[in-house]
Amino acid sequence: MTDRTAGADRTTAPAPTADPAAALYRTVALVRGFEQRAVELVRAKVVLGGIHPYTGQEAIAAGTCAALRPDDVITSTHRGHGHVLAKGADPARTMAELAGRATGLNRGRGGSMHAADFGVGVLGANAVVGAAVPIAAGAAWAFRRAGSDRVALSYFGDGAVSQGVVLEAFNLAALWRVPLVLVCENNGFATSMRTEDTVAGSILGRAAAFGIPARTVDGTDPEAVRDATAEAVARARSGAGPTLLECTAYRFDAHHTWEHTARPRYRTDAEVAAGRARDPLEVQGARLPAATRAAIDAEVAQLLDRAVRFARESPHPDPAGALDHLYATGLRARAGAR
Amino acid sequence: MPKLSYLKALNRAIGDEMDRDEAVCVFGEDVGVAVTHATAGLLKRFGPDRVLDTPISEQAFTSFATGAALAGLRPLIEFQIPALLFLVFEQIANQAHKFSLMTGGQTRVPVTYLLPGSGSRESWAGQHSDHPYSLFAHVGVKTAVPATPADAYGLLVTAIRDDDPVVVFAPSGALGVREDLDLAALAPVPLGVGRIHRRGTDVTVVAVGHLVHDALAVAEDLAGTVSVEVFDPRTLFPFDWSGLAASLERTGRLVVVDDSNRSCGIGGEIVATAAEEMRLIAPPRRVTRPDGAVLPFARELDLACQPTRAQLRAAVEKAVGAG
Repeated sequence: MTDRTAGADRTTAPAPTADPAAALYRTVALVRGFEQRAVELVRAKVVLGGIHPYTGQEAIAAGTCAALRPDDVITSTHRGHGHVLAKGADPARTMAELAGRATGLNRGRGGSMHAADFGVGVLGANAVVGAAVPIAAGAAWAFRRAGSDRVALSYFGDGAVSQGVVLEAFNLAALWRVPLVLVCENNGFATSMRTEDTVAGSILGRAAAFGIPARTVDGTDPEAVRDATAEAVARARSGAGPTLLECTAYRFDAHHTWEHTARPRYRTDAEVAAGRARDPLEVQGARLPAATRAAIDAEVAQLLDRAVRFARESPHPDPAGALDHLYATGLRARAGAR
Repeated sequence: MPKLSYLKALNRAIGDEMDRDEAVCVFGEDVGVAVTHATAGLLKRFGPDRVLDTPISEQAFTSFATGAALAGLRPLIEFQIPALLFLVFEQIANQAHKFSLMTGGQTRVPVTYLLPGSGSRESWAGQHSDHPYSLFAHVGVKTAVPATPADAYGLLVTAIRDDDPVVVFAPSGALGVREDLDLAALAPVPLGVGRIHRRGTDVTVVAVGHLVHDALAVAEDLAGTVSVEVFDPRTLFPFDWSGLAASLERTGRLVVVDDSNRSCGIGGEIVATAAEEMRLIAPPRRVTRPDGAVLPFARELDLACQPTRAQLRAAVEKAVGAG
């Protein structure tokens, strides 16, 4: 059996937030709230497998996606909910995907680390560090070949800059001037390893080696991220090729919710408190009138209540369809037992 | 009728598909000058937007092709060396192959990976002589190993048109094969449909790739004493199990000859499936490379690791004697 297509199940319309500052705040608040709800659902064992929380990094997703058009595409990481939501995926269907439900973005076949929504230009979160960077470069090349001015944006972490395939992709993208924006989210840690203990030289230096313009951006400030991304996007659309943005932020929560029980120690409470003090939600919230902020908070809370309810109440997929979609051509290969 | 070589058949298949479909493009190292000849003339005919010489950067350009496919193109990648598939196994098996399922059917990845010269190439030594088709069949990536020029053309055309990733192994031992053909009769060959090259009643020899020609030679040698049916699966995934079952209904005896390592190789899968599900009146036999083989350089050592006609003949005689 094939699961019903969940496209018509969108439970919420995107809120019309005309003021750009308010719109950015809304995205940050949406992602923050989504992550908090998702962690609760992990604790409640509604979301299995755990998640990689994005709290503290929301300004990067919000700012970058604010500079993209709906027809531009992104590739994401194993810490991808923020990107997927900021690009426009339905929070309810995203939460349902985390919960492994038939109504999820990927019909329950992807989960947290593979959330994808091709309808809004999300070519997928990717669970292999750095693996999506050449994929984004190839999509960008295909856009240019088709004569369009669409761009691709690829997120990756500071840990990914030590992956060979990422640097190979830098080379191809720069060599062929593909319309690509490279966004390195430097949250300070590759799992438990500090950036300074894993990166020889510098992240910007990686780009310099390939002649790719690069700069560091305050990844806790949605407007700074948006403005820097807009420049990189304009450069890409003009045919000048890729740009690297190193967006710095601090990961508030665990690398993965598994840490909530295992509690590996690789940073002090004081350091986490200092990191949390620079909060993107407060950075952007401070730019709005209190009443506007409160109204957005209320609207987002309601939306997330509905998302959680939708995820909890959605049906589980039928095990008989476990390998539906394995082949795009519909090939059905042999069963494992007969 | 004109003679068509295997390599020219590959070249013709790519050119015909590029003519037919604007979305088809070619990536690879030295594809412009066509060092393998498979891409000869394509750069001049279709231009650098469709025939891209890549840097020596296999992992990146393999996933680059995946991205291009996600954006609507149908890339073909040529790899000059079969061992490069070990390097890009992540990009094919763990990325391209998994996108359809992991996205819940939101997308397809129609990329073709072409290996013109897999297996031993007469003393190219340890890192240039692998035949890793069983790895791809194991993970479920569509895998074709054509034996003849007509099948090379037909399977490559089908691979390019297929909406899933497909690896096409063109064994170096088959590249020199030429065939009298009516070029107008060249046609796509479906995946998952084997071909019986010679009918027989005593024993079915399943031969993979270039070994089809060895099997035919052995069958000819034994004609008069043993009636050998030569079954060429043509694709290892999906595999033509019903075609094999039908052949074994006629013969009841099975010998598999496969130029890959013995343990967990496709030969083992064919024997196991036949033993579980098909009519056998004698124990099945396999002729393969040794367990864990790495092909040594010296020619006599290289040959000592590959299946030989003598081994195949002995296996056939044992299979028949045991019946």
